[in-house]
Amino acid sequence: MSNLSEHYSPTTGKRLGLLIIIMVAIGGVVSTFWAKNRWWFPPVASQHGVDVDRLVTITFIVTGFVFVLVHLVLGIFVWRYAAAREERAIYWHDHRTLELTYTLVPAAILLTLISMGAVTWARVHSPVPPQALRIDVLAQQFAWTFRYPGPDGTFGRTEVRFVSRDNPRGMDPADPAGRDDIISREMHIVVNEPAVALIHSRDVLHSFFLPNFRVKQDAVPGMTTQFWFTPTREGRYELACAELCGVGHYIMRGQVVVESKNAFETWLAGQTH
Amino acid sequence: MTVTHDHAHAEHKQSWITKYVFSQDHKIIGIQYLLTSFVMAAIGGVLAMLIRMQLGFPTWNFYWAQWLFPGGFSGNQMKPDFYLAVVTMHGTIMIFFVLTTALSGGFGNFLIPLTIGARDMAFPFLNMLSYWLYPPAIVILLASFLVTGGAAAAGWTAYPPLSALRNAVPGSHMGQTLWLMSLALLILAFLFGSLNYITTVLQLRARGMSMGRLPLVTWAQFLTAILMLLAFPVLLAAAIMLLFDRHLGTSFFVPSGLMIGGQLVTHQGGNPLLWQHLFWFLGHPEVYVLILPPMGIVSEVLSNNGRKPIFGYPFMVGSMVAIMFLSFLVWGHHMFTSGMHPLVGTAFMVTTLIIAVPSAIKVFNWLATLWGAKIRFTSAMLFAIGFVSLFVTGGLTGIFLASPAVDIYFQDTFFVVAHFHFVMASASLFGLFAGTYHWFPKMFGRMMNERLGKIHFWLTFIGIYATFFPMHFAGTAGMMRRIFSTGQYEFLRHLSGLNIFISLAAFGLGIAQLIFAYNFIASWIRGPKAERNPWKSNTLEWQAETPPPHGNWGAHLPEVNRWPYDYSVPGAKDDFIPQTAPQVPAVAGAAVDDTEGSPPKP
Repeated sequence: MSNLSEHYSPTTGKRLGLLIIIMVAIGGVVSTFWAKNRWWFPPVASQHGVDVDRLVTITFIVTGFVFVLVHLVLGIFVWRYAAAREERAIYWHDHRTLELTYTLVPAAILLTLISMGAVTWARVHSPVPPQALRIDVLAQQFAWTFRYPGPDGTFGRTEVRFVSRDNPRGMDPADPAGRDDIISREMHIVVNEPAVALIHSRDVLHSFFLPNFRVKQDAVPGMTTQFWFTPTREGRYELACAELCGVGHYIMRGQVVVESKNAFETWLAGQTH
Repeated sequence: MTVTHDHAHAEHKQSWITKYVFSQDHKIIGIQYLLTSFVMAAIGGVLAMLIRMQLGFPTWNFYWAQWLFPGGFSGNQMKPDFYLAVVTMHGTIMIFFVLTTALSGGFGNFLIPLTIGARDMAFPFLNMLSYWLYPPAIVILLASFLVTGGAAAAGWTAYPPLSALRNAVPGSHMGQTLWLMSLALLILAFLFGSLNYITTVLQLRARGMSMGRLPLVTWAQFLTAILMLLAFPVLLAAAIMLLFDRHLGTSFFVPSGLMIGGQLVTHQGGNPLLWQHLFWFLGHPEVYVLILPPMGIVSEVLSNNGRKPIFGYPFMVGSMVAIMFLSFLVWGHHMFTSGMHPLVGTAFMVTTLIIAVPSAIKVFNWLATLWGAKIRFTSAMLFAIGFVSLFVTGGLTGIFLASPAVDIYFQDTFFVVAHFHFVMASASLFGLFAGTYHWFPKMFGRMMNERLGKIHFWLTFIGIYATFFPMHFAGTAGMMRRIFSTGQYEFLRHLSGLNIFISLAAFGLGIAQLIFAYNFIASWIRGPKAERNPWKSNTLEWQAETPPPHGNWGAHLPEVNRWPYDYSVPGAKDDFIPQTAPQVPAVAGAAVDDTEGSPPKP
């Protein structure tokens, strides 16, 4: 038979223990800190985004601690108990107190995370402020268009049967509310004022992803989904499609401009109806 | 369960065909499942290389890939629709056609009757049918690469309307139909298998093999079978509904008022979210279908090679039962940003974080099993230890995704890809490798080459971390899943170096698997003969001949007298006591007592 004793190899144990500690535990932490300066979250630019980022940081600290601890223990055990010693392994297979401890401690930590997560989630999805700027977002293969209700504050009815070259949005010509609607290829919003995206799709699933604003909401054909947020920094930002939507999924990019109230009004006034 | 099954012992001559091809012997069927899965793993692996080629080196000229898939390239450049087909097929093949089939079909079939002391499965003919639905499913799936529009391209999740409407994506032509038919066949195979496993474990256990004496690997297979039996029919129903939507004009998943490519869609009244609920009602239990069997395998391998009883057997079984129940209540965490009501999201967050508790118990119990052990570093043991590391890493990133507010950002990014490739794909692959190295001698009567096994382990373990750990960073930077190229976005432009690194690591990881393939084939042909119990194991399968004959046990069924983890019992002659060994009064107390108190010094 193959010699079983050759597998009692302290060298292999030391190698594996070291690999787990150096590559996984230390390597994981070092590479994460290294990545922090290179490949990390795009700068946050919304109010709730700050809360989300805080939750991410807390989760990072908790999971990072457990990650290092468990791998240290694993590495040390693998190193330590690989010894080619004479005596047998210990016969030990039950310890209720120990097991209850490592049932209840993770449960307590997870409950804390649940509570914190629930609070942030509830805040993100709190009722839309009445003064929020309403933007009707239409996703279709493979572009985004945005509609503002115009001076009357009401969106006109749209229907897919009205869609034509001159009426890409499918506005109902009989609906007077639609006459002053403004349609744009760019999304403009006002800094420090809430905006709500009312999201539609005309063909397949898409996802309205604003990385800087920590916003993501699927566009679902047949229903309106919504997400409200308050941008906090002026600038030009990217909008991406995050749900597989077909061959052009990777080019379904949009632009978001956050600007002052004045600049926004000027832009809006310059748009054709 | 105490009924004897002596009829099975009757010698009857079998032709080569009934013995090795249309076999009703659970061992042959298990090996058939395992070998076919390895072939599929090679195909799925090649597809993974294509994905990484495109993401790491989009402008390079890969002649072998163009030779292999002439339709997928134009002017040396991969086509975006082909890329989506590759991504879809990689996921589908690896999840359903490799990991499910190898772990449940392969190890479930081979191990269940042997570890419980049965002569075969309860329904051998059904078992044969189960396997023989698998090759046709493969043929149908792979044929889809050849039809107009190419293979399905809506992702392994096949979300409608993309998967329901022909013009939505090229793969939604014939490819998607074949995908659904192939999956439906395979689901039937899984259902036949799981019915068999449940009945066999409940009805055919040898005398003395109480449920409390089942090895954890068998417990895991039993609970997985229950999961499969309850979850897969839902996907089968959904797949049939989607086929109806595609071909018979129903509208389960497609609402009214849609327009694709300038043409009105005639469907009305459906809801795309319905598919997501049905899909993930299977889809989430499915990831536990992929991880419970490795948990069982790893428990077995750690205990056997640590020469130490598994720590906390009742908690290990209890946590698997808890995982099984809870896994039916967490599917909504895939849908936090889908448009589902936010309150439902909160509920799913709670269930999802609760399911982390039994997973944590298992990890700590494995660590406690190693404490004071006398570790034997077989290749199987290396992979089992690697499994623990991968499962921990992937499990922890799951805590981010379980929190819906955090998931808003991470959903559908490479962070998710990294997460499930650790906790589900790599971890269960490590379980598969650990199981293969461990039970190969029993399956084929020969030993695998341990030296090659170890080289395979080092390269694979390092390769997995080098490939999938940096993917977290790509996801943190916001890189979306399933995008053909990052070039369109300014905020992703700085990721090209990172993606090149990931691709190189993935190529290395892929090449390292050739060592395993060589070792497997060469050892099968001319490995040293294995003895009956090469690992000095307690469980029943190692008391059978190597390889076990038809009917497994000769004239008399084994009788079980103790639990499977009597390793290093103080005062015993050897450091293992097989389950069949009679209880000797002096040792019996020490062997079955659940002694409470502080552990002895190692």
